[in-house]
Amino acid sequence: MRFIFKLSYDQDIRLAKHSGHVFWYGLLLMSLLLAPWVLPAYWSTLITLTMIYGIVGLGLMLLSGFTGLFSIGHAAFMGVGAYMQAVLTSMGWPFPIALLCSMAVSALVGAVVGLPALRVRGIYLAIATLAFAFIVQEVLVRWESITGGNRGLAVGMIDLFGWKTSSPTVFYYVCLILTILATLGVLNLLRSATGRAFVAIRDSEISAQSMGVNLARYKTLSFAVSAALAGLGGALSAHMLRFISPDQFGIVQSIDLLLIVIIGGLGSVHGAFFGAIFLIATPQAISLAKDFLPSALGQTVGLQSLVYGLILIAFVLFEPMGIYGRWVKIRTWFELAPLYRKGLFKRQKSFQKTERLK
Amino acid sequence: MQLLQQLINGIAQGCIYGLIALGFVLIYKATETVSFVQGELMMLGAFLGLILMTVVGFPYWLAVPSTLLAMVAFGVLIERIAVRPILGEPAFSIVMLTLGIGYVARGAIMMIPGLGTDFQALPVPYRDQTVEIGGLMIGAERLVAVAVTVILCLLLFLMFRFTRIGIAMQAASQSQLAAYYMGIPVRQLNGLVWGMAAGVAAVAGLLLAPIVLIDSNMGFIGLKAFPAAVVGGMTSLPGAVLGGVIIGVIESLAGYTMPEGFKDVAAYVVVLIMLMVRPNGLFGGQFRKKV
Amino acid sequence: MSTGNLLSVQNLSVRFGGLAAVSNVSFDVRRGEVFTLIGPNGAGKTTVLNLISRIYQPTSGDIHFDGHCLTAMKPDAVAGLGIARTFQNIELFEQATVLQNLLIGRHTRSHGNFWQHLLFTPSVWEDERAAREKVEEIIDFLDLQHYRDTVIAGLPYGVRKVVELGRALCVEPKLLLLDEPSSGLNTEETNDMAFWIDDIRDDLGIPILMVEHDMALVSRVSDRVLAMNHGEVVALGSPAEVKAHPDVIEAYLGKSQDVSTLRRRRP
Repeated sequence: MRFIFKLSYDQDIRLAKHSGHVFWYGLLLMSLLLAPWVLPAYWSTLITLTMIYGIVGLGLMLLSGFTGLFSIGHAAFMGVGAYMQAVLTSMGWPFPIALLCSMAVSALVGAVVGLPALRVRGIYLAIATLAFAFIVQEVLVRWESITGGNRGLAVGMIDLFGWKTSSPTVFYYVCLILTILATLGVLNLLRSATGRAFVAIRDSEISAQSMGVNLARYKTLSFAVSAALAGLGGALSAHMLRFISPDQFGIVQSIDLLLIVIIGGLGSVHGAFFGAIFLIATPQAISLAKDFLPSALGQTVGLQSLVYGLILIAFVLFEPMGIYGRWVKIRTWFELAPLYRKGLFKRQKSFQKTERLK
Repeated sequence: MQLLQQLINGIAQGCIYGLIALGFVLIYKATETVSFVQGELMMLGAFLGLILMTVVGFPYWLAVPSTLLAMVAFGVLIERIAVRPILGEPAFSIVMLTLGIGYVARGAIMMIPGLGTDFQALPVPYRDQTVEIGGLMIGAERLVAVAVTVILCLLLFLMFRFTRIGIAMQAASQSQLAAYYMGIPVRQLNGLVWGMAAGVAAVAGLLLAPIVLIDSNMGFIGLKAFPAAVVGGMTSLPGAVLGGVIIGVIESLAGYTMPEGFKDVAAYVVVLIMLMVRPNGLFGGQFRKKV
Repeated sequence: MSTGNLLSVQNLSVRFGGLAAVSNVSFDVRRGEVFTLIGPNGAGKTTVLNLISRIYQPTSGDIHFDGHCLTAMKPDAVAGLGIARTFQNIELFEQATVLQNLLIGRHTRSHGNFWQHLLFTPSVWEDERAAREKVEEIIDFLDLQHYRDTVIAGLPYGVRKVVELGRALCVEPKLLLLDEPSSGLNTEETNDMAFWIDDIRDDLGIPILMVEHDMALVSRVSDRVLAMNHGEVVALGSPAEVKAHPDVIEAYLGKSQDVSTLRRRRP
């Protein structure tokens, strides 16, 4: 058990709260830096993909987990970012500039989609984002002169001001740097007045308003930042897959993104990455498991959907705080052993309280 | 004439949307939980009917009631096993839970060898028959869809208006805690509501099956129920059906008059406009928090 | 507007549908005073508070605060001018700690734009330190040290009430609106509340406009009292004057002959 004596305000403001944080995150960074040299190429590809989904998850986490606005159409922002990146790089724009533009355009679209959030919330907002996502997908299908329609679009290699490279290792490091930057940015926002305004909106709009939080401004901001991160992830995934088509950014992908934040743990930055690891690792685990299953079961297409569903149900029922919640419990168990009680995190059962009013 | 034909097709399609939305609104109104599983329940209903008729060999008139009964039981089961334990959790947990149930249902159907991955036709007795009304050729399956929807709505209305259980449900939808204190068995009622919603979804599935083919992804049609419910006002049962019909008609007319692609997004454009202009829908009440 | 008046409400009216919740209410709140609204349930006291903090839109009338007209402003802009409030049924951020709640109170006093926050520049860092210093002052003032890192959901009602008061104080308001500060508190807690209200006026120099039912508390802390009934002003004056006003007694107890009518009607 660690006791922290607070001697200065900086201790609360700092990102690393104690030396343990510095050590463990340093270790994580070191292993991520070494990974492409140590692990087989396939593994670093998976880690790259995890980082990309981690970035998108981070964006959705900021919106849903911290601002309390749920989006069932987040893949559309990924789509906007991916297509923007594909089009700009094919026009010969350097990778970093195209990336910034893709993020900016996604943010702009996000701000527009955020407009209904100024009037409606909860399930209404979720439906608005769902509707928007369908419309974006249809635009991607129909605007064939730019997007290539259902045939899709090939995406070139990354071009760092003339230095073109298709090396997966370089791409790995690019993604690593961007992931770190995105995470630091989100953490900075969360420890500043902006982040507190987001959380205030999540918990009680009326109260946030009377504390001087401009609802319209912060909701739009949250949508914009979230969409920018989704656009960043989309642009990176376009380079990673080398090919994009509208069906990659449909409702199924949007639900996958929600899986990240729910299974990862709503309202925690860790959760976004835990969720991304889950999303990437599960299909791998299933395809490994298929070899051991009876062939009648192993060959069917529905297996993955079934497993996803069961895991999702299990998490909502037994671990509503997601993987992060489980992680906190395990950590607490070790810290408090042998004093840990089962009821420590138990919540009271209750009747449905109305959320129509918030 | 062509336009009128499209209109009728739209109404029939809209009735299906309306029925799915009806189940959704039933659950939302009574328990304030949002169910994303209605589309999958519809799909399950259609498949159950299909299995009963083709594999087990039931005649149509026996297959329909058994399907309904089984689906109502399934709805009650969902409430008992999955929804009840997380009563009082944030609404979005329950949304994710129902999405999970949808995944499982879709996966399970797909895993049925030879059946789950193909498109199937439901052998109903009125298949491929047409009725001529004033020079219009109308498919019997569409007429049946409209008629059954009207009858079902009437039955539901009578139930909510006049039966003890219906009135108790209305009370519980106002405040679960207060209803519980008045001796209304709120939990059992919630189970019943889920059962009814599943039953209504199964009806929608059995009505839709002759119009389109059955496949494991037909549940995605359920996503169109959300625009229908929003247009109707989310908490209004007649509103849900009417909203469904409005969406169906707009969609059908958009397909007829506008370029390709508009048909698929018409419902969503309508719902976005609706949310911007009149978020509470045509029949929804205005809620405002008192401080 | 005379120099002594901080807030001036003129002919304020609001109708909800056919119901006139507040009609033609006028009053001033002077600098350095505790001004209390009293009246039976449904008299429209809380509505007046909600009108001032702009949660409701008045049908007619004017609200002026410190040289600004409030009627065209949004609720967050009103908070920006320096009007902080508490709520009747406590509207805290349930999943956050006491410290985080109080920090949100500093929102209008924080500097820096989005990009500075994103990069957490040294000026933002300095700003955060200043915010925490101020919050600690309030924690000291209200004796909340013990609860600093406790999540609101786990706090007893009385403490939440104090935390909400603290959050409003963190705004460094020029005017504090309190909606029934003593409701749900026991005698001891109500006593503490009275001390704090006195201290807020005398030591911090913040004028208070409050809605309150507990007449003992009202008499003890208020400088002036406004009695309302059915959305209209019944009496205005010192606590003793208002308490003795025949119309106020009538509003609370009914007319004397009414009692006999009531008795006859009972089965």
